[in-house]
Amino acid sequence: MAVSTPPRRASRAPTEPGSARPPGRGRGLLARATLLLAVPAVVVLVVFFVVPALRLLWLSVTTPEPGLGNYTAILTDEVSLTVVLRTLGMAAIVTVVCLLVAYPYAYLMTIVSGRWRAVLLAVVLIPFWTSLMARTFAWVVLLQDNGLVNTVLGAVGIGPLRMLGTTAGVTVAMAQVMLPFVVLPVYTTMRGIDRKLVDAALSLGARPVAAFRQVYLPLSFPGVAAGATLVMVLSLGFYVTPSLVGSPQQSMLAQFISVQVNQLVNFGAAGALAVALLVVTLVLLGGVALLTRTRGTRSSAGAGVAGGLV
Amino acid sequence: MPETPTGASIRAEALTKVFKGAPAPAVDAVDLHVRPGEFMTLLGPSGSGKTTTLNMIAGFEAVTSGRILLDDTDIARLPPHRRDLGMVFQSYALFPHMTAAENVAFPLRQRKVAKPEAARRVREALELVHLDAHGDRLPSQLSGGQQQRVALARAFVFAPRAMLLDEPLGALDKKLRESLQLEIARLHSELGITFVFVTHDQEEALALSDRIAVFRDGRIEQVGTPAELYETPVSRFVATFLGDSTVFSGTLRGGLLDTGSAHLRAAGPDGACALVVRPERMHLGAEGENTLSATVTDVVYQGAFRRVLVAFDAGGTGQVRDTGTTPVQAGDRVEVGWAAEAGVVVADTPGAAAAQSLDDPVPA
Ligand SMILES: Nc1ncnc2c1ncn2[C@@H]1O[C@H](COP(=O)(O)OP(=O)(O)OP(=O)(O)O)[C@@H](O)[C@H]1O
Ligand SMILES: [Mg+2]
Repeated sequence: MAVSTPPRRASRAPTEPGSARPPGRGRGLLARATLLLAVPAVVVLVVFFVVPALRLLWLSVTTPEPGLGNYTAILTDEVSLTVVLRTLGMAAIVTVVCLLVAYPYAYLMTIVSGRWRAVLLAVVLIPFWTSLMARTFAWVVLLQDNGLVNTVLGAVGIGPLRMLGTTAGVTVAMAQVMLPFVVLPVYTTMRGIDRKLVDAALSLGARPVAAFRQVYLPLSFPGVAAGATLVMVLSLGFYVTPSLVGSPQQSMLAQFISVQVNQLVNFGAAGALAVALLVVTLVLLGGVALLTRTRGTRSSAGAGVAGGLV
Repeated sequence: MPETPTGASIRAEALTKVFKGAPAPAVDAVDLHVRPGEFMTLLGPSGSGKTTTLNMIAGFEAVTSGRILLDDTDIARLPPHRRDLGMVFQSYALFPHMTAAENVAFPLRQRKVAKPEAARRVREALELVHLDAHGDRLPSQLSGGQQQRVALARAFVFAPRAMLLDEPLGALDKKLRESLQLEIARLHSELGITFVFVTHDQEEALALSDRIAVFRDGRIEQVGTPAELYETPVSRFVATFLGDSTVFSGTLRGGLLDTGSAHLRAAGPDGACALVVRPERMHLGAEGENTLSATVTDVVYQGAFRRVLVAFDAGGTGQVRDTGTTPVQAGDRVEVGWAAEAGVVVADTPGAAAAQSLDDPVPA
């Protein structure tokens, strides 16, 4: 998972507009002393992220020979190009699936009573607290040709469908793993939306769909953006679930890098791919940060609220 | 959309709301007739059902039973977006992601009003609330009073058939509240449409309303003009809720009220009742058919007059508006007098919080 660590760290970026509240009173000495609180994190980051990342970058332009050969190879070598595009595609699909499931789910959480809300929250969080390996193996068991899903499908006369080792199987498993990362920020943002605003929209003549589209949806956008970014970024570097549920023929970038390192001992190519992944991730984060910033200034309904929770 | 310069009449008939699990109805068979173009205020203590009534008219709250007629059509089961009523909330409820002008344009956009026409009406509406210079600001960049004026403009820009306002000034400080009261009164007369206004502030109700409906425990206790409510309240509750008063309760027989410790002259039917006397109808001195000895407990200087609080020897407390030239002080012994016709005899329902009466062991 070493490769997916950088995006995980970097993914805190879009939450910054929210957490960077006015520095206020903490001027001068106190402010400087407060900065010391960041020292442990910075040390960890430098030792375990910046140094290895720089080393990878160095390797990618020096092995097997100095130059940008490893980078041009990504774009010219059909296999690596396919893997990169497949990874981007999968990440996009998983993000969309997660949003489609999480948005109504988070909305439901805002309208039910306290007890049901706790149940819904637990349903999202319990898997979140369970080991990723355990959950992924659970999916392997479920999706087998004679697994539970196929048994149920067979009972209603469908299938058996081949799911293990397919893109569909990976999508389902990844989406489930990622779900909390969307549900939580979206729910937090939604909880901050005044229900009276929807009432106001209705009383002003908006049909329910228009009230949702013109008022509720834009106000929940910060949560959607935060959740989508997290899922997208995590999916790009996802290793465990695609390796176990998917097939080597359909491998994603992290698996491909792992093969380069472990089997082909091709550090140069692996480094170049990892750097490419990092760049894509940073571009994505930058884009979303820009988008939420321009939107954020227009919405006092806490653009950063979502971030506060994640 | 038809322009309705006089606004619609609103008629609630046996309007009832029972919330699930609630022991008593929040609104209990309310009958209310708001005339076209009228400024009607729903006044009452917290929890008396004002908001629930307004929300049923607006369509946010389902009606348990009864009818709501807007002119001649029953709207009780119409969704809110088809009722054509302009709603103003205490919390403003401005869309935070839209500028003031976009907020005001919102109802026009829903009605597919053409762009130039919409722009003109938005500008006119913002001018009417003196915010034409602030159209491009976001709500977060406006003060509370300005936000509420935007909310007002947004609610009347589409020429609704009536305006519904739920404590629109409740979140503002006193000074701002008074200036916005004037603004709302002016809007009402300039727009000429029906206003239904909710408040628990009696001064606000007296200052703004054509008529006031006094709510109590989900029912309407009395409907009338401010003067009617002030001068001829039907119950002790109404008398004490609207304005200050001194209340004596007892039994009336042949024009004489027996409070247990005193006999007072008053006109009314025989039986248990309460006698209400407004502070400006009482004076310090022994003139008048009724006089009681008392001790001054407090004097509040109000400029043109002094508010004198007294404790009667016969028990209970009272309030006198004193315009005399010789000031009294706390601790002074005084006579309090008033004419028999100065008092109003009402049903002796338990009073509102402000009640000051003979049988109150603790002065309010
Ligand atoms: N959604 C609800 N569910 C259950 N009970 C409610 C609900 N809304 C209001 N009530 C109850 O109905 C009664 C009337 O409430 P309402 O909000 O209409 O009072 P109000 O006159 O507007 O008071 P206030 O001046 O405090 O706004 C109260 O007893 C309240 O507790
Ligand atoms: Mg209320």
